[in-house]
Amino acid sequence: MIALETVAERFPQLAPDELTLWIQRRWVRAERGPDGAWRLTEMDVARVGLLVELRVTLEVTEDLIPLVLSLIDQLYDARRAVRALLAALDEQPAEVRRAVLAAARQEPHR
Amino acid sequence: MDDPYKILGVERTASADEIRKAYRTLAKRWHPDTNPDKPEAEARFKAVSAAYALLSDPDQRARFDRGEIDASGAERAPPPPPGAGGGWRDWADAPGGARYRSSAGGFGDYFDESDLEDFLSRAFGGAAGGRGGAPRGPRRGADVRASLQVSFLDAARGASREVTLPDGRAVRLSIPKGAETGTVLRLAGQGMPGTGEGAPAGDLLAVLEVQPHRFFRREGNDIVVDLPVTLKEAVLGARVEVPTVDGPVTLTVPPRSGEGTRLRLRGRGVNGGHQYVVLKPILPTEPEPELEEFLKRWASRDARDPRAGMLAP
Repeated sequence: MIALETVAERFPQLAPDELTLWIQRRWVRAERGPDGAWRLTEMDVARVGLLVELRVTLEVTEDLIPLVLSLIDQLYDARRAVRALLAALDEQPAEVRRAVLAAARQEPHR
Repeated sequence: MDDPYKILGVERTASADEIRKAYRTLAKRWHPDTNPDKPEAEARFKAVSAAYALLSDPDQRARFDRGEIDASGAERAPPPPPGAGGGWRDWADAPGGARYRSSAGGFGDYFDESDLEDFLSRAFGGAAGGRGGAPRGPRRGADVRASLQVSFLDAARGASREVTLPDGRAVRLSIPKGAETGTVLRLAGQGMPGTGEGAPAGDLLAVLEVQPHRFFRREGNDIVVDLPVTLKEAVLGARVEVPTVDGPVTLTVPPRSGEGTRLRLRGRGVNGGHQYVVLKPILPTEPEPELEEFLKRWASRDARDPRAGMLAP
């Protein structure tokens, strides 16, 4: 787990209070340690990196961030779901796989 | 790398503002985290970022315009472009990605989260990473690295040892004669299982750590042992028993062997090395009236001063 100060050092372009704000808004899903201080995982740090790119590099305005984040998160939800289904499909007998794939190919024409 | 002006689609005379604008437009379009389904997006985004890194620095841009540096030569100088590696996608696509599941429903309504996690960890071997790409085809399992403590004697003589892996399996390891700390033993196919039909398992890499011995030590293929001898044995010479890694042998201590005398036992090391015995004469610790009486009356035939030459450096 990584302390808030350490993360702030990694992103010098980020105002210190901004990070706390992001956590409070749950854009970054950090958790409090036993001492009450915020603790971030490596994934949370990557999330901060994403937010820095959106806010600082691409200048997405603050009011649009929830929308953008929601769309990105939904996209990855969908990707994980598709991959889970593909993995599950891979474990099926060959005739089930063929039938499902054939049906999926028909889908756009319906 | 191609011409950075072309990558950003601006004239060579473009102002800093125009360059920034062009960069923002292209970066938004090709950002890899918003284009996970377009594998080319990441490369485009990197190229755009690198071109912008070069042209946004007036000094670098001037040097490029003057032909002092080429586009790729300058790539090393500026800080790494944003989004180039370590991006959000690596995390969001990994099995733990559901930590940032969208609150707007989605698949979570149908599958319990733990089911999904289970699916994904089985499908992708539980390891984070695996950028993009559908989970197709068999994938070799990961290598497992483990450190293995071996005794000095096992390493010197070679040994066969049964070790228990973290997952509970027991495997037999053959430690080669003369193994040293850092020697790596590879057990093919004993690592993580592969994923997919016919996928080979990874290897187990055991890194040896040889524990020190009470009195033996290694110098390459040679073995060195300090051997205490009595004052009498050192002065008069003796035949003494000396331990070797293959059991005790008899060694002749020549008369008048001083502290640090190094005697060789040929071929008693490992892999053709020798064993060296370093003598440590031990003086009596209890009173020895006869010896003391004798020494008081004793005059050495060697009248030389053992410290000659030391006092006037």
